[in-house]
Amino acid sequence: MARVVVDVMPKPEILDPQGKAVHGALPRLGFAGVVDVRQGKRFELEVEGEATDEVLAEVHRMAETLLSNPVIEDFAVRVEP
Amino acid sequence: MSADGLGGLRVGVVTFPGSLDDVDAARAVRLAGGEAVALWHGDHDLRGVDAVVLPGGFSYGDYLRCGAIARFAPVMTEVVEAAGRGVPVLGICNGFQVLCESHLLPGALIRNDHRKFGCLDQRLVIENARTAWTSDYTEGQEVTVALKNGEGSYVADAATLDRLEGEGQVVARYVGANPNGSQRAIAGVTNAAGNVVGLMPHPEHAVEDLCGPGTDGLGFFTSVLARAASFS
Repeated sequence: MARVVVDVMPKPEILDPQGKAVHGALPRLGFAGVVDVRQGKRFELEVEGEATDEVLAEVHRMAETLLSNPVIEDFAVRVEP
Repeated sequence: MSADGLGGLRVGVVTFPGSLDDVDAARAVRLAGGEAVALWHGDHDLRGVDAVVLPGGFSYGDYLRCGAIARFAPVMTEVVEAAGRGVPVLGICNGFQVLCESHLLPGALIRNDHRKFGCLDQRLVIENARTAWTSDYTEGQEVTVALKNGEGSYVADAATLDRLEGEGQVVARYVGANPNGSQRAIAGVTNAAGNVVGLMPHPEHAVEDLCGPGTDGLGFFTSVLARAASFS
Protein backbone atom coordinates (compact mmCIF):
# COMPACT_ATOMS: atom_id res chain seq x y z
CA MET A 1 0.00 0.00 0.00
CA ALA A 2 1.15 3.49 -0.77
CA ARG A 3 -0.36 6.81 0.22
CA VAL A 4 -0.73 9.37 -2.53
CA VAL A 5 -1.69 12.90 -1.54
CA VAL A 6 -3.57 15.27 -3.83
CA ASP A 7 -3.61 18.92 -2.77
CA VAL A 8 -6.29 21.04 -4.43
CA MET A 9 -6.13 24.84 -4.19
CA PRO A 10 -8.22 27.62 -5.68
CA LYS A 11 -6.35 29.21 -8.59
CA PRO A 12 -4.51 32.38 -7.53
CA GLU A 13 -6.81 34.62 -9.59
CA ILE A 14 -10.00 33.07 -8.15
CA LEU A 15 -11.52 34.78 -5.11
CA ASP A 16 -11.33 32.55 -2.02
CA PRO A 17 -14.07 33.73 0.36
CA GLN A 18 -13.36 30.94 2.87
CA GLY A 19 -9.68 31.90 3.07
CA LYS A 20 -10.72 35.53 3.49
CA ALA A 21 -13.05 34.58 6.36
CA VAL A 22 -10.24 32.70 8.12
CA HIS A 23 -7.86 35.59 7.48
CA GLY A 24 -10.38 37.97 9.02
CA ALA A 25 -10.85 35.77 12.09
CA LEU A 26 -7.17 35.42 12.99
CA PRO A 27 -6.51 38.98 14.19
CA ARG A 28 -9.79 38.95 16.12
CA LEU A 29 -8.37 35.99 18.03
CA GLY A 30 -5.10 37.79 18.70
CA PHE A 31 -3.00 36.11 15.98
CA ALA A 32 -1.03 38.85 14.27
CA GLY A 33 1.21 38.95 11.22
CA VAL A 34 -0.72 36.75 8.77
CA VAL A 35 -0.81 38.59 5.45
CA ASP A 36 -3.11 36.23 3.50
CA VAL A 37 -4.89 32.88 3.81
CA ARG A 38 -5.93 30.56 0.99
CA GLN A 39 -8.03 27.52 1.83
CA GLY A 40 -7.85 24.30 -0.18
CA LYS A 41 -8.48 20.57 0.13
CA ARG A 42 -6.17 17.63 0.80
CA PHE A 43 -7.08 14.14 -0.40
CA GLU A 44 -5.22 11.10 0.94
CA LEU A 45 -5.54 8.11 -1.39
CA GLU A 46 -4.49 4.67 -0.17
CA VAL A 47 -3.58 2.75 -3.31
CA GLU A 48 -2.76 -0.89 -3.90
CA GLY A 49 0.91 -1.79 -4.43
CA GLU A 50 3.68 0.67 -5.12
CA ALA A 51 3.17 4.25 -6.25
CA THR A 52 4.52 3.58 -9.74
CA ASP A 53 4.50 6.11 -12.57
CA GLU A 54 1.38 4.38 -13.90
CA VAL A 55 -0.40 4.71 -10.54
CA LEU A 56 0.55 8.37 -10.29
CA ALA A 57 -0.66 8.99 -13.83
CA GLU A 58 -3.98 7.40 -12.87
CA VAL A 59 -4.22 9.58 -9.74
CA HIS A 60 -3.49 12.57 -11.95
CA ARG A 61 -6.51 11.62 -14.08
CA MET A 62 -8.65 11.21 -10.94
CA ALA A 63 -7.57 14.67 -9.79
CA GLU A 64 -8.47 16.40 -13.04
CA THR A 65 -11.71 14.40 -13.50
CA LEU A 66 -13.23 14.48 -10.02
CA LEU A 67 -11.07 15.79 -7.19
CA SER A 68 -10.57 19.23 -8.72
CA ASN A 69 -12.42 21.50 -11.13
CA PRO A 70 -9.68 22.76 -13.49
CA VAL A 71 -11.72 25.90 -14.22
CA ILE A 72 -11.21 27.22 -10.69
CA GLU A 73 -8.63 24.95 -9.01
CA ASP A 74 -5.04 23.73 -9.37
CA PHE A 75 -3.86 20.43 -7.96
CA ALA A 76 -0.59 18.75 -7.06
CA VAL A 77 0.04 14.99 -6.69
CA ARG A 78 2.76 13.60 -4.41
CA VAL A 79 3.62 10.34 -2.69
CA GLU A 80 3.59 10.40 1.10
CA PRO A 81 6.78 8.73 2.36
CA MET B 1 -54.66 20.92 -20.23
CA SER B 2 -53.44 24.00 -21.94
CA ALA B 3 -55.56 26.43 -23.91
CA ASP B 4 -52.82 27.11 -26.43
CA GLY B 5 -52.36 23.59 -27.69
CA LEU B 6 -49.06 22.91 -25.93
CA GLY B 7 -50.48 20.25 -23.64
CA GLY B 8 -48.88 16.86 -23.97
CA LEU B 9 -45.35 18.16 -24.44
CA ARG B 10 -43.24 16.47 -21.83
CA VAL B 11 -40.56 18.16 -19.74
CA GLY B 12 -38.48 15.94 -17.48
CA VAL B 13 -37.39 17.17 -14.05
CA VAL B 14 -34.48 15.26 -12.53
CA THR B 15 -34.46 14.49 -8.83
CA PHE B 16 -31.03 13.95 -7.28
CA PRO B 17 -30.52 13.10 -3.60
CA GLY B 18 -30.71 16.57 -2.06
CA SER B 19 -32.71 18.27 -4.82
CA LEU B 20 -35.12 20.80 -3.29
CA ASP B 21 -36.88 22.56 -6.14
CA ASP B 22 -37.88 19.63 -8.33
CA VAL B 23 -41.53 19.85 -7.24
CA ASP B 24 -41.67 23.60 -7.92
CA ALA B 25 -40.02 23.08 -11.32
CA ALA B 26 -42.60 20.41 -12.19
CA ARG B 27 -45.38 22.75 -11.09
CA ALA B 28 -43.97 25.52 -13.29
CA VAL B 29 -43.97 23.13 -16.27
CA ARG B 30 -47.64 22.29 -15.65
CA LEU B 31 -48.63 25.94 -15.19
CA ALA B 32 -46.92 26.70 -18.50
CA GLY B 33 -49.11 24.06 -20.15
CA GLY B 34 -46.77 21.09 -20.35
CA GLU B 35 -46.62 17.66 -18.80
CA ALA B 36 -43.98 17.30 -16.08
CA VAL B 37 -42.20 13.95 -16.04
CA ALA B 38 -40.27 12.89 -12.94
CA LEU B 39 -36.77 11.62 -13.79
CA TRP B 40 -34.57 9.80 -11.28
CA HIS B 41 -30.84 10.40 -10.90
CA GLY B 42 -30.11 6.68 -10.73
CA ASP B 43 -31.82 5.73 -14.00
CA HIS B 44 -30.18 5.70 -17.43
CA ASP B 45 -33.50 6.85 -18.85
CA LEU B 46 -35.01 10.19 -19.92
CA ARG B 47 -38.41 8.56 -20.60
CA GLY B 48 -38.62 10.17 -24.01
CA VAL B 49 -39.06 13.74 -22.74
CA ASP B 50 -38.89 16.79 -25.03
CA ALA B 51 -36.77 18.84 -22.59
CA VAL B 52 -35.02 18.44 -19.24
CA VAL B 53 -34.79 20.62 -16.11
CA LEU B 54 -32.03 20.11 -13.55
CA PRO B 55 -33.53 21.73 -10.44
CA GLY B 56 -32.07 23.66 -7.54
CA GLY B 57 -31.06 22.23 -4.21
CA PHE B 58 -28.00 20.64 -2.67
CA SER B 59 -27.43 17.47 -4.67
CA TYR B 60 -25.31 14.99 -2.73
CA GLY B 61 -25.05 17.54 0.07
CA ASP B 62 -22.78 19.74 -2.09
CA TYR B 63 -20.01 17.30 -1.13
CA LEU B 64 -16.64 17.91 -2.85
CA ARG B 65 -17.99 20.85 -4.92
CA CYS B 66 -21.55 21.89 -5.78
CA GLY B 67 -22.71 19.63 -8.60
CA ALA B 68 -19.47 17.63 -8.72
CA ILE B 69 -21.02 14.31 -7.66
CA ALA B 70 -24.35 14.83 -9.46
CA ARG B 71 -22.41 15.25 -12.68
CA PHE B 72 -21.57 11.54 -12.56
CA ALA B 73 -25.08 10.35 -11.70
CA PRO B 74 -26.33 7.72 -14.17
CA VAL B 75 -29.02 9.98 -15.65
CA MET B 76 -26.39 12.58 -16.56
CA THR B 77 -24.98 10.28 -19.25
CA GLU B 78 -28.34 10.58 -21.01
CA VAL B 79 -28.68 14.32 -20.27
CA VAL B 80 -25.26 15.07 -21.80
CA GLU B 81 -26.06 12.91 -24.83
CA ALA B 82 -29.48 14.55 -25.29
CA ALA B 83 -27.98 18.03 -24.94
CA GLY B 84 -25.60 17.13 -27.76
CA ARG B 85 -28.61 16.23 -29.93
CA GLY B 86 -30.16 19.65 -29.28
CA VAL B 87 -32.69 18.65 -26.61
CA PRO B 88 -33.35 21.74 -24.43
CA VAL B 89 -31.77 21.49 -20.97
CA LEU B 90 -32.24 24.10 -18.21
CA GLY B 91 -30.14 24.01 -15.06
CA ILE B 92 -31.39 26.22 -12.25
CA CYS B 93 -29.08 27.10 -9.33
CA ASN B 94 -27.65 23.72 -8.33
CA GLY B 95 -28.65 22.54 -11.81
CA PHE B 96 -26.49 25.34 -13.28
CA GLN B 97 -23.61 24.10 -11.12
CA VAL B 98 -24.17 20.56 -12.44
CA LEU B 99 -24.11 21.83 -16.06
CA CYS B 100 -20.81 23.65 -15.45
CA GLU B 101 -19.28 20.60 -13.76
CA SER B 102 -20.49 18.50 -16.72
CA HIS B 103 -18.74 20.90 -19.14
CA LEU B 104 -22.05 21.49 -20.93
CA LEU B 105 -21.55 25.15 -20.01
CA PRO B 106 -18.31 27.10 -19.52
CA GLY B 107 -17.17 28.59 -16.23
CA ALA B 108 -17.91 27.64 -12.64
CA LEU B 109 -19.86 28.86 -9.61
CA ILE B 110 -18.05 29.65 -6.39
CA ARG B 111 -19.04 30.93 -2.97
CA ASN B 112 -20.68 34.37 -2.86
CA ASP B 113 -18.07 37.09 -2.44
CA HIS B 114 -19.85 38.40 0.69
CA ARG B 115 -19.84 34.84 2.15
CA LYS B 116 -23.51 34.95 3.14
CA PHE B 117 -26.43 32.99 1.75
CA GLY B 118 -28.61 35.42 -0.18
CA CYS B 119 -32.39 35.09 -0.53
CA LEU B 120 -34.21 37.93 -2.29
CA ASP B 121 -36.40 39.00 -5.17
CA GLN B 122 -33.88 39.79 -7.90
CA ARG B 123 -34.25 41.91 -11.01
CA LEU B 124 -32.63 40.49 -14.15
CA VAL B 125 -32.27 41.71 -17.69
CA ILE B 126 -32.77 39.10 -20.41
CA GLU B 127 -29.93 39.60 -22.88
CA ASN B 128 -30.49 36.64 -25.19
CA ALA B 129 -34.08 35.85 -26.21
CA ARG B 130 -33.01 33.34 -28.87
CA THR B 131 -32.37 30.35 -26.61
CA ALA B 132 -34.76 27.42 -26.23
CA TRP B 133 -35.70 28.75 -22.78
CA THR B 134 -35.98 32.52 -23.37
CA SER B 135 -37.81 32.97 -26.70
CA ASP B 136 -40.96 34.26 -24.97
CA TYR B 137 -38.99 37.22 -23.62
CA THR B 138 -37.63 40.18 -25.53
CA GLU B 139 -33.98 41.19 -25.38
CA GLY B 140 -33.52 43.94 -22.84
CA GLN B 141 -36.65 42.91 -20.94
CA GLU B 142 -36.35 43.18 -17.16
CA VAL B 143 -37.91 40.47 -15.01
CA THR B 144 -38.03 39.78 -11.28
CA VAL B 145 -37.57 36.26 -9.93
CA ALA B 146 -36.35 34.70 -6.70
CA LEU B 147 -32.62 34.36 -6.08
CA LYS B 148 -31.35 32.11 -3.28
CA ASN B 149 -27.82 30.83 -3.22
CA GLY B 150 -24.67 30.48 -1.19
CA GLU B 151 -22.40 29.56 -4.08
CA GLY B 152 -23.78 31.58 -6.96
CA SER B 153 -20.77 33.64 -7.98
CA TYR B 154 -20.18 32.96 -11.67
CA VAL B 155 -16.50 32.86 -12.64
CA ALA B 156 -14.57 32.14 -15.84
CA ASP B 157 -11.31 33.37 -17.27
CA ALA B 158 -11.33 36.71 -19.10
CA ALA B 159 -11.06 35.10 -22.55
CA THR B 160 -14.10 32.91 -21.84
CA LEU B 161 -16.09 35.88 -20.54
CA ASP B 162 -15.16 37.92 -23.62
CA ARG B 163 -16.22 35.05 -25.88
CA LEU B 164 -19.54 34.59 -24.04
CA GLU B 165 -20.32 38.29 -24.38
CA GLY B 166 -19.11 38.43 -27.97
CA GLU B 167 -21.19 35.44 -29.04
CA GLY B 168 -24.30 36.55 -27.16
CA GLN B 169 -24.12 33.60 -24.77
CA VAL B 170 -24.91 35.70 -21.71
CA VAL B 171 -28.61 34.91 -21.23
CA ALA B 172 -29.32 37.14 -18.24
CA ARG B 173 -27.52 39.63 -16.02
CA TYR B 174 -28.28 40.97 -12.56
CA VAL B 175 -29.73 44.47 -12.51
CA GLY B 176 -28.69 46.75 -9.66
CA ALA B 177 -26.28 45.64 -6.97
CA ASN B 178 -24.43 42.44 -7.84
CA PRO B 179 -25.96 39.93 -5.38
CA ASN B 180 -23.15 37.37 -5.25
CA GLY B 181 -20.01 38.69 -6.91
CA SER B 182 -20.65 37.06 -10.29
CA GLN B 183 -18.16 38.28 -12.87
CA ARG B 184 -19.69 40.86 -15.18
CA ALA B 185 -22.95 40.41 -13.20
CA ILE B 186 -23.73 37.25 -15.17
CA ALA B 187 -26.85 35.44 -13.91
CA GLY B 188 -27.14 32.88 -16.69
CA VAL B 189 -25.34 31.60 -19.78
CA THR B 190 -26.12 29.35 -22.73
CA ASN B 191 -24.09 27.03 -24.94
CA ALA B 192 -23.29 27.95 -28.54
CA ALA B 193 -26.35 26.07 -29.85
CA GLY B 194 -28.73 27.84 -27.43
CA ASN B 195 -30.42 24.65 -26.18
CA VAL B 196 -28.55 24.40 -22.86
CA VAL B 197 -29.13 27.23 -20.39
CA GLY B 198 -27.81 27.63 -16.86
CA LEU B 199 -29.41 30.15 -14.55
CA MET B 200 -28.56 30.95 -10.93
CA PRO B 201 -31.89 32.65 -10.07
CA HIS B 202 -35.12 30.65 -9.83
CA PRO B 203 -37.80 31.30 -12.45
CA GLU B 204 -39.78 28.32 -11.13
CA HIS B 205 -40.43 30.31 -7.93
CA ALA B 206 -42.01 33.17 -9.90
CA VAL B 207 -44.89 31.50 -11.73
CA GLU B 208 -47.93 32.36 -9.58
CA ASP B 209 -49.16 35.60 -8.06
CA LEU B 210 -50.13 33.84 -4.84
CA CYS B 211 -46.54 33.27 -3.78
CA GLY B 212 -43.23 34.61 -4.98
CA PRO B 213 -42.48 37.90 -6.69
CA GLY B 214 -45.00 37.50 -9.55
CA THR B 215 -45.14 35.45 -12.71
CA ASP B 216 -42.10 36.73 -14.61
CA GLY B 217 -40.45 33.30 -14.45
CA LEU B 218 -43.15 31.49 -16.39
CA GLY B 219 -41.64 32.59 -19.71
CA PHE B 220 -38.74 30.16 -19.38
CA PHE B 221 -41.18 27.26 -19.35
CA THR B 222 -43.59 28.56 -22.01
CA SER B 223 -40.56 29.25 -24.23
CA VAL B 224 -39.35 25.68 -24.17
CA LEU B 225 -42.84 24.29 -24.75
CA ALA B 226 -43.24 26.48 -27.83
CA ARG B 227 -39.81 25.36 -29.03
CA ALA B 228 -40.55 21.68 -28.43
CA ALA B 229 -43.91 22.05 -30.20
CA SER B 230 -42.18 23.42 -33.28
CA PHE B 231 -40.06 20.26 -33.47
CA SER B 232 -42.84 17.75 -32.92
